[in-house]
Amino acid sequence: MELFRNTNYDFLGKKWPFIILSLILTAAGLVSLALKGGPRYGIDFKGGALVTVAFAERPPVDKVRAALAGKLPVDVQEVYGSAGAPQDIIGTDVRDDVALQAARQTIVDSLTATFGKANGKYNLDAGGADALADKLRDPLQAASVPMSDQQLHDLARNIIDYRTQHSGMIRNLDELRSVPGVTPQILNVLKQVTYPEPFAVVKTEVVGPKIGAELQRKAILAVLYALGGMLVYIAFRFEWIYGAAAVIAVFHDTIITIGLFSLFNKEISLTVVAALLTLVGYSMNDTIVTFDRIRENLKLHRREGLEPLINLSVNQTLSRTVLTSGLTLLTALALFLFGGQVLNGFSFALVCGIIVGTYSSVFVASPILIFWHNFLEGRKRPMAGPPPSASKEPASGPRPPAAPKAPKESKTTPKENARRGTAKVK
Amino acid sequence: MTRNIKIKAGIIVVVILVCIYGIIGLPKSKNELVANWKKNIHLGLDLSGGTQLVMEVQLQDAFKAFADNTIDRMKDEFKKDNIDFSDINRNDPQTLADADKIEIDIKGVPVTKSSAFRSTVNDTFPEWVLIALNSSDYRLTMKPTEALKLKQDTMTQTMGTIERKINGLGLAESSVQPTGRSDAEADLLVQLPGVDDPAHVKQLLQTQAVLEWAEVKDGPFGSREEALSKHGGILPLNTKLVPTVLRGGQQSWYLVSRTPIVRGTDIRDAHASQGELNRWETNFVLTQDAAKKFERYTEANIGNRAAIVVDGQVISAPTIQSRISDTGRITGAASQEEAADLALNLRAGSLPASVHYSEERTVGPSLGADSIREGLRAGLAGLVAVVLFMLFYYRRSGINATLALVLNAIILIAALSYFDATLTLPGIAGVILTIGMAVDSNVLIFERIREELRAGKAVVAAVDAGFSKAFLTIIDTHVTTVVSCAFLFIFGTGPVKGFAVTLVIGLIANIFTAIFVSKTIFDFELAGKRQVAALSI
Repeated sequence: MELFRNTNYDFLGKKWPFIILSLILTAAGLVSLALKGGPRYGIDFKGGALVTVAFAERPPVDKVRAALAGKLPVDVQEVYGSAGAPQDIIGTDVRDDVALQAARQTIVDSLTATFGKANGKYNLDAGGADALADKLRDPLQAASVPMSDQQLHDLARNIIDYRTQHSGMIRNLDELRSVPGVTPQILNVLKQVTYPEPFAVVKTEVVGPKIGAELQRKAILAVLYALGGMLVYIAFRFEWIYGAAAVIAVFHDTIITIGLFSLFNKEISLTVVAALLTLVGYSMNDTIVTFDRIRENLKLHRREGLEPLINLSVNQTLSRTVLTSGLTLLTALALFLFGGQVLNGFSFALVCGIIVGTYSSVFVASPILIFWHNFLEGRKRPMAGPPPSASKEPASGPRPPAAPKAPKESKTTPKENARRGTAKVK
Repeated sequence: MTRNIKIKAGIIVVVILVCIYGIIGLPKSKNELVANWKKNIHLGLDLSGGTQLVMEVQLQDAFKAFADNTIDRMKDEFKKDNIDFSDINRNDPQTLADADKIEIDIKGVPVTKSSAFRSTVNDTFPEWVLIALNSSDYRLTMKPTEALKLKQDTMTQTMGTIERKINGLGLAESSVQPTGRSDAEADLLVQLPGVDDPAHVKQLLQTQAVLEWAEVKDGPFGSREEALSKHGGILPLNTKLVPTVLRGGQQSWYLVSRTPIVRGTDIRDAHASQGELNRWETNFVLTQDAAKKFERYTEANIGNRAAIVVDGQVISAPTIQSRISDTGRITGAASQEEAADLALNLRAGSLPASVHYSEERTVGPSLGADSIREGLRAGLAGLVAVVLFMLFYYRRSGINATLALVLNAIILIAALSYFDATLTLPGIAGVILTIGMAVDSNVLIFERIREELRAGKAVVAAVDAGFSKAFLTIIDTHVTTVVSCAFLFIFGTGPVKGFAVTLVIGLIANIFTAIFVSKTIFDFELAGKRQVAALSI
């Protein structure tokens, strides 16, 4: 089966609608960023605390907010964990160190005050196996349930394992009947001394504002250095203008994706930065495949103009582009749809990035080559003179089609311009 | 089959075997297989559940303490040498960056004593540099080499203390290490697998050494089991088993009362000194209330043993010789350092400098388990969809691609196991991305072969041309991604690094599988057939 066979679409003829679309998307993203005062950084970057609490039954969000009112400035987000378990992500961006250190405890204490059902019993939905074993040792003995230390630890372990397998929550003590080692007698003791709290903390992240700023700086540096590194590599393998075009294209993808994050009000966390770098690599991959073909065709069809030649190259790689992007998008979509809450931001960035990254190779990177070519041609015309000595150029390797014909005087100018182009990117 | 293909096939088989051995070892049973798998594949805290703390050691505390100590000693020395002064004081650096800007100012030294003063300072306090402010006032600053040494010592001591305390809690597989970032030399990374409420760990690290005098009910025993079996497998009410400090590989166990007689918070002062036979010991003074309690208890229990338990380990279990009220001593220290450390722990809190938490991440074990489940499900769903499509679209050749994909995954997992790398959530994402790039390589090659076939080339020539032409493109795309991963690795932090590592390993494996393995399979299929009419692609 073949999807595309000897296609001959005039992609570059239709470049303007796409370039305009790109500009609109970029502008929309930038406007959104400007209006919201920059990207919505996760606590990884801005510092703060994030506590994910699982509930046996979803409480009204106002009640959760009310529980914390006056204690911590919080932002409550309702999400669903695995198997549809209701969870609240309670975030605070307090920057005061003492309040931040105590944030988790403050949140837990406030929730306990509102939702707790302690009655002086031990909460089965928090703590580990050893603590539980300690709590049960004496009551079990008092209830004359003979049990060795080893058996006691196994029992506690089994109960905690059961809790782990059930999204970290025991809703009702009677559930524990199915746990190995729990006899009716033991269940009675459990009911006497323990109870299940209707909520449990499943995840905490606390990041000091200083380390957050540091991470933010490092992430931006990492992206810039990665772009610079790729620019140098492509310039080494192709030509400066190819490197610049590829980097402008991926920069365009990154800006649009960050803009989309802002438009959809999603947070940029450390994992999302990993995804952004992935999409940089992915989009670059796509661009290089196209450039590779252009380079190859430049050797085969020297006579043709650049635009038809690029069109030919894009058409030749079309089936590969569609297949790879389609399949990768499939994986990313699977991750987005089934990957769970934790990977949500990551996979969203990938899905956006793959779509934008694929079309930017054709409609952003390639037109830059043409614009550059036309620019050189335009400069050449007024300057009449003998053709330059092409022998000074290295004989092997591709070059932009204009380069061999370019007059000697302008030889330094394109490089300067290319460099200027790079500077603009950074 | 030609010799060439045999050699290539041999290489592939060896790689597969080495990889499988790396992942599961040589299991003899199903249980052993699972055990080996768990041993070789390290899951990060975000998958296995646990707590990660990043703490900044406030080194300025250690510098201030060192200056105070110097000032005390100087006062003594000056008294001994009859050097007068009107004032001696240190400055008060507030931040970590100012730690080594510590200064001691000594004022009002008579001009007549200035040479004696200089020689005393230079001889006795070689860690400091003396600067004259005017004829009678002086300033001491720390030598850079000494400042560096003090920093390093403080870090080592802090790490050691934290390690001891964490181990005392019985938290296996915990680790304390520098974060390794060059710009954050005072940062420590503490990883506590299985701990999902770090509050009590943090509290423990911040408070004094937990010292208890507890009543010995029975013991010592050679092992935990021995103690249990003596009591019919059940511990008596209100007792606990506590191990002694491990010395020379020897450890024994005491059965002690659960409620201590006195606690560490009851201690007012502690210091190390040399006692009988020049052995080092730690003396301590109790608060008034505790002293009364202790006195009553020791009076009633002369001849019985009491255990001194520090951070959950028995330091010694002396027999009570006489009534003890407010002072006592702990003998049995192996060195001066050990006795002094214990004194420091008892007196001033456990750490030589306070710590400041800059990051705390906790993942409950259930969330970790859910993440693994969901990540696996998503990964498998993506993989199955990709494989089905490849088989449908490229038919027989799709099998090649599938084999290459599977082998790629095996090599990736094996490499993680051989490098002792930790698999984290972003790491799994890296694996998924690797699968995407692997598919791309195969698609590139196959589309190229189809193109060559369309151009009218014979099957064998088309396959060769397809591989060699796609090769350049694959190298370019992969190297570019490796370059970006290198920057991720250099500038990224923890989880991002994990992502970069898995991706790079995956890319290298991919070049091997997509080019070498896939080509060999094609060669194998086409070998010996001089005229191949059609290729299923």
